[in-house]
Amino acid sequence: MAVLVVADHDNLSLKDNTHKTVTAALALSGDVDVLVAGQGVAAVAAHAAKITGVRKVLTAESDALGKLIAEAVSSCITPLMAGYDAVLVPATSAGKNFAPRIAALLDVAPISEIIQVVDANTFVRPIYAGNALETVTSSDAKKVITVRATAFKAAEEGGSASIEAVDAGPGAPKTRFVADEIVKSDRPELAAAKIVVSGGRAMGSAEEFHRVIEPLADKLGAAVGASRAAVDAGYAPNDYQVGQTGKVVAPQLYIAIGISGAIQHLAGMKDSKVIVAINKDADAPIFQVADYGLVADYKSAVPELMAALSAAGL
Amino acid sequence: MKILVPVKRVIDYNVKARVKSDQSGVDLANVKMSMNPFCEIAVEEAIRIKEKGGAEEIIAVSIGPIQAQETIRTALAMGADRGILIQTDADPEPLEVAKLLKAVALAEGPGLILMGKQAIDGDNNAVGQMLSALLDWPQATFASKIEIDGAVVRVTREVDGGLQTLELDLPAVVTADLRLNEPRYASLPNIMKAKKKTIDIKTADDFGGLAAGHLKVAKVTEPARRVAGVKVENAAELVARLKTEAGVI
Repeated sequence: MAVLVVADHDNLSLKDNTHKTVTAALALSGDVDVLVAGQGVAAVAAHAAKITGVRKVLTAESDALGKLIAEAVSSCITPLMAGYDAVLVPATSAGKNFAPRIAALLDVAPISEIIQVVDANTFVRPIYAGNALETVTSSDAKKVITVRATAFKAAEEGGSASIEAVDAGPGAPKTRFVADEIVKSDRPELAAAKIVVSGGRAMGSAEEFHRVIEPLADKLGAAVGASRAAVDAGYAPNDYQVGQTGKVVAPQLYIAIGISGAIQHLAGMKDSKVIVAINKDADAPIFQVADYGLVADYKSAVPELMAALSAAGL
Repeated sequence: MKILVPVKRVIDYNVKARVKSDQSGVDLANVKMSMNPFCEIAVEEAIRIKEKGGAEEIIAVSIGPIQAQETIRTALAMGADRGILIQTDADPEPLEVAKLLKAVALAEGPGLILMGKQAIDGDNNAVGQMLSALLDWPQATFASKIEIDGAVVRVTREVDGGLQTLELDLPAVVTADLRLNEPRYASLPNIMKAKKKTIDIKTADDFGGLAAGHLKVAKVTEPARRVAGVKVENAAELVARLKTEAGVI
């Protein structure tokens, strides 16, 4: 059995999600190849070749792949599946975008966001916003799987796999790229950050969200997150959203400020190592999952926290 | 142009799903059911496109039990023109749903299929992408802005780190993300009017049949619970504990 892992990257650098997805793939098979589909990806491929356990790195390059256009990525991968029994894709917004297409083109059932490999045909995945875990067995000969990377340890580096170019496929003739608006930030990426500071609806406005959450995040070198309620209310952009309908994070430290702890938010952060909740409502559900709870109004608690961090030399 | 909007009847967004004690699934008996919130956003967007003159007819289609008529009726009360229910008591997998919707699309010939990015029960986030692949129509998922411009649609999408704008040839499949719009509440006169709108009740056999699924659910379990920790008195104690006890800062 051979497994293909699709690398998560931005054409410039390889993301840690790839290493985690390789770990999930190695639970299925010893024969794991990594595909780097993009544009100008030589450095990314060289990095992927170092992941321990990877047999071979494939590269496919075109303009449409460089923009991660779903039709282009799926039509590049689908013919490659003649040589593989499964394809594992990190469940990023890009991965979720193209992976189900591969399944449709292969006439198989996609298996979304697995958090555990039970055996070669059986996987565990969250459903109902993480309120339930479903163990599913697939009868498909070829499997198309997206992987919730936070549920797997990152594979080590130390290998030196060979790199080989493959056909980029027919592209996306009916879809044209218009523009990207990628927010440049010096903060770590939300999904990969060691510390995440998130704000909720209690912030009351976008200005207040920036004023309160961002300085604290910067002091801790943390990424900024938000609850769905805060995103819904327009206090924070959607790509800050932590939860079942947003990003799933599992940092070393998650600080939830003014977040009540709706189940869909908890689904996105409950695997964090340490959870801190600051909320003035002592009965807020967030306290049921928090390792450290501070019942206080964020308006006074956050400045005090900033001062305490400074006093502690941070 | 016609817009086809698939809508799903799911457990209400505000209801906590509970796992059955025999681990066979989630208990949906006597639980409030509603339209999947992302489907609601798709219906709203279709109506806004029609209101701006970008479409003549909105067809809401649902696959599910007879009660899914209520979900279609909600879409009609919001402003969709007519409905199609493919009645089945099976819980079809995304691949089967995509195949049925493909058959509906080929029969109805919409210029745009607008649907939610994921249903909040199965959380698969797959049907729109699969439907696009099966139809060989272009796709734009996770839309936060949609502009119809003649024979093309420009869609701004939520992606990791920001936004991406694509232009697709119509017909196309677009899936709605959270920030696309805020769905309207149906007014009482519109709810009354919706009662007179047509819902065609069909079976899967009318659209090529429903194949057996490829996945078998072995069990459904409760996730491990996190245990509540301690309450700290103040920020100084919090920092001290994070530093010495947890060792995370």
